[in-house]
Order: sequence, then structure tokens, then C-alpha cells
Amino acid sequence: MGLNRRVGLVQGLKYQGGGPMIAWILHRITGLGILIFVGFHVIASFFMQQTGSDLATSINIIYESWAFQIVITFFVIFHALNGLRIAIQDLWPQVQMYQRELLWLQWFVFVPVYGMTVYFLVQRGLSGG
Amino acid sequence: MQERTIRPGFSMEYAMWIFTRLSGLGMILLALIGISGAFIMGARTQMDLATLVRWTFFPNPNHVINSEIPDVTLGWATAFWQIMQMLIVFLGITHGFNGLRVVVEDYTGQSIWRPFLRGLIFLLWLFLLIVAIYVILAS
Repeated sequence: MGLNRRVGLVQGLKYQGGGPMIAWILHRITGLGILIFVGFHVIASFFMQQTGSDLATSINIIYESWAFQIVITFFVIFHALNGLRIAIQDLWPQVQMYQRELLWLQWFVFVPVYGMTVYFLVQRGLSGG
Repeated sequence: MQERTIRPGFSMEYAMWIFTRLSGLGMILLALIGISGAFIMGARTQMDLATLVRWTFFPNPNHVINSEIPDVTLGWATAFWQIMQMLIVFLGITHGFNGLRVVVEDYTGQSIWRPFLRGLIFLLWLFLLIVAIYVILAS
């Protein structure tokens, strides 16, 4: 018998997990988002390469657009940094004591890296690149 | 009172738990190698940042349309970079579909659908892996 957790959405939102909970939710959402993106991208690239399909080409043009890149770089950079933190915590369990500090460190790294990426993407997008 | 029995040793969940960590670290390493390769081939003067990031994760000329990548393209068309692409594709797709399996089983639990969902995810994993490696080898 599995765990029978009957937790509704409202009750779930009231749970005050704080930063680590937000990181956990974002890790799931970004992970599934990247999987959907990569899946469609692989299929679209296959048809673009083999049959030159217009639909596949237009999917890849959307993926190349700077607006989409802003979203997907958030997904990838957050997932990579959060995953790096989780891997470090799991491989060296002593640092689990400092999970919240590590999470703050993670955001301090994320903000400049993602900020710089968005800056260049917007700059290129507005200059018609 | 019955003693708690802890069975150490191999199990699929444990193996995938380890694999998720190691493949995650591996993909970060492969991305760094990709960025380094792009810079060695002269990306600093020939690519903008968005193109560089795109090429870092999948250095394949086939999936970009609008990006202007002049001479750098030639540098990527070697066996070394094809192997790197296949590595990143294998790690990425396996990591991703295992994550999907974990999320799906979190919400479905031990239902009778579990083997079917696992089978479906396994088939999707295999299909996408074959298609991705075909794209790499055919380009």
C-alpha cells in the first residue's frame, strides 16, 4: 500500500516550507518544462533535417526567438544550479546543516548569471538580431 | 518485536538516484567543455551570447535556422564533438525521463497503472534517444 496523502491544493499552499519548498517546486516545474522542450526540439529537428517540414521549422524558429530563450534559460540555469546544490548536499551530507545558507548562495549566483543572460538576449532582441 | 531489516545492495531506485546526481554533474561538465570548445574555435568574435549558449548544450548545425554561425560550424563537424553530443543527449534524455518517472509515480503511487506508465515512459525514452542519435549521425 502506498502512502495515502489526501492533501488538497489550498492545504498544500498553506504549508510553510519556505525557500527549500519553493526550490523543490521550481525544480520539478523547470525539469518537466525542459523535458517537454527537449522532446519537441529533437522531434522537430528530425523532421526539419529529413523532410524539411514547415511545421517542424516553425517550431524551431519559435525555440530560437529571444522571448522563448528568456524563459528556457531561466529553466535551464535554475535547474542546473539547484541540481548542483542538491548533488553537493547528497554527496557530502555534512553540508545539509547549511541548506538554507546554500540556497541563499544559490540565488546570489543565479541572479547575476541569469540577469546577464537576459540583458544580452533583450539587447539582441531589440536590435533586431 | 521484529527487527528492522535493512537490505543493502543494488536496487533500481538506488541506481537511478545515483545516476541522477552523476548525470547532472556530468551535464554541467559537458556544458563547460562545450563553451570552452566554442571559445577555442573563435566564438568570441563570431557568435552572440544566445547562439553560444544554444551551441553549448547541443553543438549540432542542424537545429539552428536564423543564427549566423560562419566558420565555427566546420570545427564542430568532428567525431569528438559527435561523441560529446551523443553523451549529452544520452545523459539529458535519461535524466529527464527518469525525472518524469519519479514525478508520475509520486502522484500515482502503487496503482495498477504503474507498470503501464513505466513501460510508456521507457518506450518514449528509447524512441527519443534513437531519434536524437539519428539526427546527430545524419548531420
